[in-house]
Amino acid sequence: MNYERITQKLSILADAAKYDVSCSSSGSKRSNPDKKLGDSSGMGICHSYTEDGRCVSLLKILLTNYCIFDCAYCVSRRSNDIQRAAFTVEEVVDLTINFYRRNYIEGLFLSSGIFKNADYTMERLVRVAKTLRLEHGFNGYIHLKTIPGASEELLREAGLYADRLSVNIEIPTDDGLKKLAPEKKRDEMTTPMQHISTGIVASKEERKVIRSAPAFAPAGLSSQMVIGATGESDLEIMQTADNLYQHYQLKRVYYSGYVPISNDQRLPGLGSPVPMLREHRLYQTDWLMRFYGFQMQEILHPEYRNLDLALDPKTGWALQNLHLFPVDVNRADREMLLRVPGIGHKSVDKIVAARRFRSLTFEHLQKMGVSMSRARYFLLCQDKNEVLRRAPGDRTQLRNVLIRQAHSKYRSALVQQGSLFDQADETTGLSATAVPDLHHLFADSL
Amino acid sequence: MSTLEYDGSFEGFLTAIFDCYAQKKTDVRIRNACASTTTLFGTNIRVRTDTEKSNRVWEGLKKRTTKEAARQFYCNFLSELPDFEDHLLEYARYVFASREDVSRDFSHPAVLRTAQVARMVGREKHRMEAFVRFQLSGEIYHASIHPDYNVLPLIGPHFKSRYADQRWFIWDEARHYGLLYDLEHLQVVHETPEETQADTARTSDYARLWKTYFQSTNITERRNMKLHVQHVPYRYWKYLCEKQPL
Ligand code: SF4
Repeated sequence: MNYERITQKLSILADAAKYDVSCSSSGSKRSNPDKKLGDSSGMGICHSYTEDGRCVSLLKILLTNYCIFDCAYCVSRRSNDIQRAAFTVEEVVDLTINFYRRNYIEGLFLSSGIFKNADYTMERLVRVAKTLRLEHGFNGYIHLKTIPGASEELLREAGLYADRLSVNIEIPTDDGLKKLAPEKKRDEMTTPMQHISTGIVASKEERKVIRSAPAFAPAGLSSQMVIGATGESDLEIMQTADNLYQHYQLKRVYYSGYVPISNDQRLPGLGSPVPMLREHRLYQTDWLMRFYGFQMQEILHPEYRNLDLALDPKTGWALQNLHLFPVDVNRADREMLLRVPGIGHKSVDKIVAARRFRSLTFEHLQKMGVSMSRARYFLLCQDKNEVLRRAPGDRTQLRNVLIRQAHSKYRSALVQQGSLFDQADETTGLSATAVPDLHHLFADSL
Repeated sequence: MSTLEYDGSFEGFLTAIFDCYAQKKTDVRIRNACASTTTLFGTNIRVRTDTEKSNRVWEGLKKRTTKEAARQFYCNFLSELPDFEDHLLEYARYVFASREDVSRDFSHPAVLRTAQVARMVGREKHRMEAFVRFQLSGEIYHASIHPDYNVLPLIGPHFKSRYADQRWFIWDEARHYGLLYDLEHLQVVHETPEETQADTARTSDYARLWKTYFQSTNITERRNMKLHVQHVPYRYWKYLCEKQPL
């Protein structure tokens, strides 16, 4: 290994890959029956965290940052005057294996700029995955980003070796895409999604009958959107996301606040803040849709196009629907408990388990770790007098109380545009990047 | 009050619980013989570890609760927190006194406590699975850790299935014992293998490449050290090669 050369390539190609926020390494069932290297049957582990507080789970790099395209929002666009580099297939394989053996990573997330053409690039990405699996018996996690316009055949091969495939939507609206990436076509994104999604469904069916049939992208399909680059509304973003979940069975959609990289007139200029709070609210909305039984239309609709930045979307929804509250902790069903601001899945599990033994009081809930600061306004317990009684029509007042509360809690984070929000947060019952599939603690037995 | 002293092993502790029942003792506490200080009041009774007794308690616990509850019970033992014996004894008493499975009765203090401590231990286990950084010396990958709780027994199976084709060794600096995997079995050892003592000072190329990666993947515009430190508390930094000067 030429250490100096690899170091240089690594710093260029990791830097160019960092804007893709996905770093999940869960959802694969790949175990290690033949006593070779690696096991991805667990929940996925964050091995470290960057100084911006994001999980480092995978070796996330580009194969190359040479690109024939000129997407305005991308550092690797061909008109950008930057240092270029390219890894060989062997170099990526070697880094992956050696990082994995030292317990630095769960696996590889490989993406690339487009050199020559889509298939030429995709073929190399696939070759990396194939070499890892077949020549090195590697059972760690592999995420391949597909190249827009790559052939169906290559996608099929990619799905055989990768755990996850992603097709990035990049810009949430078609207009925005036309403006910023005129060389890209929306259907070059949706067609591969269709192929992959069909492949995943078919392989699942097949494996029900023949257990040894090969898995196809067992950790599913994901996508990413850049937020705040084109003046789109939250409604437009979540409509696109909802459409992806509904039509292509996506596992995850990622929202990536645009980090300004140029002074292109079409985009927010250098030095504009990264819309991190907005990004956080979008993740929360996404969570409400995927794990809390909410329909997108309950949260955003044409009369309500943008999320309230001051409050989490669940609290926002509750304030619009005060007639459904307070909810009786000892009687309400799971679905309704999950809709109470401040109560997350863990709390609901505990409540439902514990109330079988006795009627729960305010104090019980507190001791159990249910965060009552927000929930108390929406809950009824055994000792009813603990509940702050609301006169009807108090919505504005309650809203102010809740905002003040959220502010004092998050003030420091708001000031530094930070995302303290990204931690698992039982207060909102929601979390953004601390995804549940990464943070399950117990996967094993005694 | 009498104190039952056990030898520090899990079997010993379960035997002590058995003896509490067998001797119909109520005003009693259980303590680790190695850790406990002599008491001024009451009597100290030495427990003789007996696997038949300990098995009966263990099987009884599992039968009356769930596998998950038994796992949590064991995690509490590994927590080594002060007075964990009292909580577990109270927990066991509640379980054995109840007809139905009470392991999810979270409004009962002992049940709640057991679940909470198990969660803390689980978090530490998860952290160690994440923060172990192997170095390669000769043919063996080795690492040192200093976990808050005694989680080495919990993390062994994870590393064994993941690194089935490489020899590895993890040393608990706080408790002075380690786990060695020799491509076949997991073994508890009380000394570090010789090959791991050589040239630990030299940082390998891959460790340096990893640090290069770690720095390049960071987005400075999003810097948030508070969150960073919350995820990677200072006390773990010395084991993480990406947090070392190159
Ligand atoms: S095709 Fe991809 S790598 Fe190339 S400029 Fe567009 S976004 Fe960047």
